[in-house]
Amino acid sequence: MSERTSARVVVVTSGKGGVGKTTSTAAIGAALARLGDKVVVVDFDVGLRNLDLVLGAERRVVFDLINVINGVAKLPQALIRDKRLENLYLLPASQTRDKDALTEEGVGKVIAELREKFDWIVCDSPAGIERGATLAMRHADTAIIVTNPEVSSVRDSDRIIGLLDAKTEKAERGECVDKHLLITRYHPWRAARGEMLSIDDVLEILSVPLLGIIPESEEVLRASNLGSPVTINAALSAPARAYFDATRRLKGEQIAMEVPSDSRGLFTKLFGRKAA
Amino acid sequence: MKLFNLFRSGSAPIARERLQILLAHERSSRTEPDLLSILREEILAVIGRHVAFEPDKVQIKLDRGKSVTTLAVDIEIPHGSRIGGIAPQYSRLTLDSGASSMEKQVA
Repeated sequence: MSERTSARVVVVTSGKGGVGKTTSTAAIGAALARLGDKVVVVDFDVGLRNLDLVLGAERRVVFDLINVINGVAKLPQALIRDKRLENLYLLPASQTRDKDALTEEGVGKVIAELREKFDWIVCDSPAGIERGATLAMRHADTAIIVTNPEVSSVRDSDRIIGLLDAKTEKAERGECVDKHLLITRYHPWRAARGEMLSIDDVLEILSVPLLGIIPESEEVLRASNLGSPVTINAALSAPARAYFDATRRLKGEQIAMEVPSDSRGLFTKLFGRKAA
Repeated sequence: MKLFNLFRSGSAPIARERLQILLAHERSSRTEPDLLSILREEILAVIGRHVAFEPDKVQIKLDRGKSVTTLAVDIEIPHGSRIGGIAPQYSRLTLDSGASSMEKQVA
């Protein structure tokens, strides 16, 4: 096991829904665990939890984050250990309770306790800018802003960046949350044809350093269907390799950025779009 | 069809330009107080000193361009709603920052 330096709290956030926060949390959490670190992924989406489903642990949830905050359960009782990776744990969100049950003090206590036990605490933020989202980012050292190369997603990411710079503990101490941009659902051929914002466009508009580019892929969908993160289920696929590279960059390694390219043949380029 | 699409220029440059204009505004309004609501309140207070009007008959439009922003305030005033010394001859008052015009229509 890795030497226990200080734990890092990472929030995976976006503002907009459906851009790939939960999928990315699961993929990066699993990648960190496969690289040997001890990881917990925490679902902050109270009432609409899905991280359990994407990780294939939906039938093993007994207690959740709010039970721990309310003192109904102890933290070790609520943590679910992954069946494939012994270093990976899930702290699920509550599916039934009201999200007002998330208190700032309660979340602070849980995060402090997790810092004692894990190398990485990866918080899956709900969409929006309400309580769940602000509490998910509240204690973050690092933020991964998940963005699709599309106008509404970029706009919402900009809003979230504003919140990260204003409403987090680090910001209030006069420090800065370490921010990284993760571009997901990238279609190389659309970008090449000028139909989709390019990586450079998004980077220029948001001015946040790039953590990785995840190509749109059926492997990602397949991984969710199976309840196994793409970095476990199809570790050699293009999206999984992109997630592993992003994870290594998150750990501080210098890895050249690979922009997914259009690998289809000329025939498909001209007459069909099916291949991806 | 697909061949035709290859020659059509993409919409990404338009997306990029729209975002740049929008976000420049949204970023500045995060730190500044809401200019539009301040203007609205003060303009209506000034007009309300002289004529009576219904608050829901007020339309405020803001159009943000790349270099110029226009603000249009359109107030519907019922006839005979005079307050103080001004004759009730305005049936519709339009303030437009673009042309800085004040339409005056004789009742």
